[in-house]
Amino acid sequence: MTEQKIRVLVGKPGLDGHDRGAKVVAAALRDAGMEVVYTGLHQTPEGIVEAALQEDVDVIALSILSGAHMTLLPRVLELMREAGMNDVLLTGGGIISKDDMQALAEMGVGQLFGPGTATGEIVEYIENWVNNRGAKVGTTS
Amino acid sequence: MTPTARKGRRDDGRPIVQEASTREERMAARVAAWRDRWDRQSKRDIDFTSTSSMEVAPIYTPLDLADTDPVEDIGLPGEYPYTRGVYDSMYRTRLWTMRQFAGFATAEETNERYHFLLDHGQTGLSVAFDLPTLMGYDSDHPMSEGEVGVCGVAIDSLADMETLFHGIPLDQVSTSMTINGPAIIFLALYVAVAEEQGTPPDKLRGTLQTDILKEYIAQKEWLFPPEPHLKIIVDMMAWCADNAPKWHPISISGYHIREAGSTAVQELAFTLADGFTYVEEGIRAGLDVDRFAPRLSFFWNAHNDFFEEVAKYRAARRIWARHMKERYGAKEPRSLLMRFHTQTAGCSLTEQQPENNIVRTAVQALAGVMGGTQSLHTNSMDETYALPTEKAVKIALRTQQVIAYESGVANVIDPLGGSYYVEALTNRMEAEAEAYFRQIESLGGVVAGIEEGFFQRELASAASRYQEEIDARRRVIVGVNEFIEQDERLEIPILRIDPRYEREQCDRVKKLRAKRDDAKYQAAMAGLRQAIRDEQNLMQPVLDAVRSYATVGEIVELMRDEYGTWREPSIF
Amino acid sequence: MASASRTPEVAGLLERFVRGDRRALARALTWIEDQQPGFEQLLHATHAGLGRAFRVGVTGPPGAGKSTLTEKFALLCRRRDQRVAILAVDPSSPFTGGALLGDRIRMQDLTLDDGVFIRSMASRGRLGGLATTSLEAADLLEAFGFDVVIHETVGVGQTERDIVSAADTTVVVLVPESGDAVQTMKAGLMEIADVFVVNKADRPGAENLERALTATLGLRPRADREWNPPIVRTVAVEAEGIEELAAAIDAHRAHCQKSGALIAKQRARSADRVCDLVARRIDAHVWERSGGERILEQALDRIRDGAATPYSVADEIVAAVGFGSETEQEEGA
Repeated sequence: MTEQKIRVLVGKPGLDGHDRGAKVVAAALRDAGMEVVYTGLHQTPEGIVEAALQEDVDVIALSILSGAHMTLLPRVLELMREAGMNDVLLTGGGIISKDDMQALAEMGVGQLFGPGTATGEIVEYIENWVNNRGAKVGTTS
Repeated sequence: MTPTARKGRRDDGRPIVQEASTREERMAARVAAWRDRWDRQSKRDIDFTSTSSMEVAPIYTPLDLADTDPVEDIGLPGEYPYTRGVYDSMYRTRLWTMRQFAGFATAEETNERYHFLLDHGQTGLSVAFDLPTLMGYDSDHPMSEGEVGVCGVAIDSLADMETLFHGIPLDQVSTSMTINGPAIIFLALYVAVAEEQGTPPDKLRGTLQTDILKEYIAQKEWLFPPEPHLKIIVDMMAWCADNAPKWHPISISGYHIREAGSTAVQELAFTLADGFTYVEEGIRAGLDVDRFAPRLSFFWNAHNDFFEEVAKYRAARRIWARHMKERYGAKEPRSLLMRFHTQTAGCSLTEQQPENNIVRTAVQALAGVMGGTQSLHTNSMDETYALPTEKAVKIALRTQQVIAYESGVANVIDPLGGSYYVEALTNRMEAEAEAYFRQIESLGGVVAGIEEGFFQRELASAASRYQEEIDARRRVIVGVNEFIEQDERLEIPILRIDPRYEREQCDRVKKLRAKRDDAKYQAAMAGLRQAIRDEQNLMQPVLDAVRSYATVGEIVELMRDEYGTWREPSIF
Repeated sequence: MASASRTPEVAGLLERFVRGDRRALARALTWIEDQQPGFEQLLHATHAGLGRAFRVGVTGPPGAGKSTLTEKFALLCRRRDQRVAILAVDPSSPFTGGALLGDRIRMQDLTLDDGVFIRSMASRGRLGGLATTSLEAADLLEAFGFDVVIHETVGVGQTERDIVSAADTTVVVLVPESGDAVQTMKAGLMEIADVFVVNKADRPGAENLERALTATLGLRPRADREWNPPIVRTVAVEAEGIEELAAAIDAHRAHCQKSGALIAKQRARSADRVCDLVARRIDAHVWERSGGERILEQALDRIRDGAATPYSVADEIVAAVGFGSETEQEEGA
């Protein structure tokens, strides 16, 4: 038996093309031993959730610098719920105000990280979240 | 300077002094003695590197400039190779243009802001568009949801453009428009609005960014594959040369390359290589280089490392002049001038202790000015949170005014010229850029490099290295990995865009499509499609299309249909 | 063990798998990748009826356009009403075990089609171009009802031999720039390719590459001489040549059906699987029953002192479960 790998989808929803942060984070998660599915730019919430479902990821990590996070993140969350992905974390980062982070947290989005975050902090957050959730079991329908 | 400048030195940088003059010998002896003393001193435990992770020496001396010709390599402002500045008198004649980028919500809101700015003495406008507009989607396209009017103004058609410039005499202002993929449509829209005001194209002054190569390299806002985009850019250069001689059809931009994580040398080399590519495309299309080259302009980043940035601007001027003259045979002196706009580095701003960003921006802006910029945008301290508030924008503008009027740096042209360090760094950046040019050439040019993922790979590894240095605290960022304040309380007000603007804009574009003259629209679109297939210059057919109130999204969709789309290679 | 009774968890997952729940499929694939307890039960329970789906391998050097070609081929299969699953493999870091899986970027037109399922797999230490559990994952996808299963290999440049046993038809993708790769991979390429693709055929050098391939093909007869791998020119980003590729794949499949090669390959896959499983079972059995870990731990010092060798210790361990000894036989002979 091998260990359970943490699988993370890293993607950029919406139209902004600034993928520096997403790529740096994806590389850091890989270096921390995770399997990172990178879906690239200009993703729709529907595409992100369907890819996350097929890839059976533990975590969806989205980077949004365009200011459209209050539209895109709730939409992703809604689609995750419709798909029954209750054991998957939605997290991310970008240009997001503290008030918006608070509002999104109340909806069920995980921690969001702003510019200047050390990648180690993101790695640690994801590892802790997965450890607290426990092993992947048979999903419920 | 070329790499041969290193000849006659040993690996440790000390010269092999043989037939040098007595003064040089004495200097070399002094430097050797100093180095012995220096070796015995304790040093702080930190990497002494530039922001671009470039090793720098503890001191620079005349020995570092032994192969630099003060006449041919450095010279004087306003003369070849323009290392010290593109104009004879620089800021003594005219300060740089303080051009703050602005745009939000709808055309109507932004028009009000422009009137406010013009009433307060501003003579140049700078339009920021929202992401759907930049990507060629109309506001009511599903991909646009949540993004309309957020990062800039939403423009769907000539009707919006009429509103945006309502009451603004386009023969009297100069307008900069930051848009790339759909640039030709915006040139047409601007020309069409001016026409309605009775202003012919030859009276129009301003700049379109248009630089698609850096989109593939860094900002990722392309619409089609590189080939058709380059073809369209040549169309614009040719049309402007004939019809709008005061318009800058392209602003070759390093800013976004740097923001995407490049080093200063990569910004310098990749941007100039992009510039050379446009020149080559123009020449290949049969244009005379001196007809279009004088209207090419540049746009650079200003990052934290003061001297590295100043040296970058100086090296850029010299490289551009040398290549334009020697490689492309430009004869007109204006074809050799690397004129540029500068923006302080958005990526250097921190979310932590945001007021510190005012200081960072001031240092960066100072580098832009000491490097001889023609115009400058200073970022606002709150841009890591959202669009800047009015107060933050005002502080950013005041920063430029303090530099211009209080610091004294605008009194003297190229005040750092002759600094051993700055001249040595200028030489070194030129040499390293030349090495990159050779590498790009061996790949088959910029487009081949993009297709192969060369630039994307260089940027990704530079960005990762920078982040690793910060994470490992080998590079100190104040408030981020040192001098951290626990329980920091944020007291910055946030500017929000009301979601009603998106609904209104969607209604507006739907109504426009319903009420426009459909026959005229269909005819214009058919003409455009035919022109694409016949590989004609697209400027006139695009003008006809925008005049028929075809929307930006419709025109782009037709072009995507003809030209196809593009997906980048996956590079980390 | 597969024959052991199912745990409620496996039963629940299976029940949803059989109903066609894509999330259950995704989770089952994870169990297989992680080799979680119960994964063999899943494979056992879903194995009956395998052998109908067509398995295509896509391999070639980096930058050859494998993902784009896979996407366009999958789109064509969809137009033929076939359901398509894609297993795209990227390398795991040998140091951290992490991986960046980026193949989906080039397959975006397939994401929202529920007749398509894409799974990115990290190689997890396997070196032959596929992931450790690629074959098992392909079985599961077939059992779920996919008509075509495409294996896209890592594509790191060397010959990726795993694909030969995993796929019924192996497509080797090359580009004009991969002339050097053709030279270094020559022997291996000729053995694994059922169909050659010269992708990016609108670029200079395409004809030279095709000529080089033809010349090399002429020199190297294969074991099944009657199939001569065709060379198909494509421009995958423009979806040019995809029909021709599909026709070549179909022709190879028909050829294999007629010659019996298809059944032979399926039989070989089954045989390999049984051998693997037996080896895995014996391994587990020996370590569990012999107290081998304890014996090993105690023997390490003796090996250092020269009182024992790795060979004699292995004998000691397997002897504890009644296996014969290699070293004693030698000494006795």
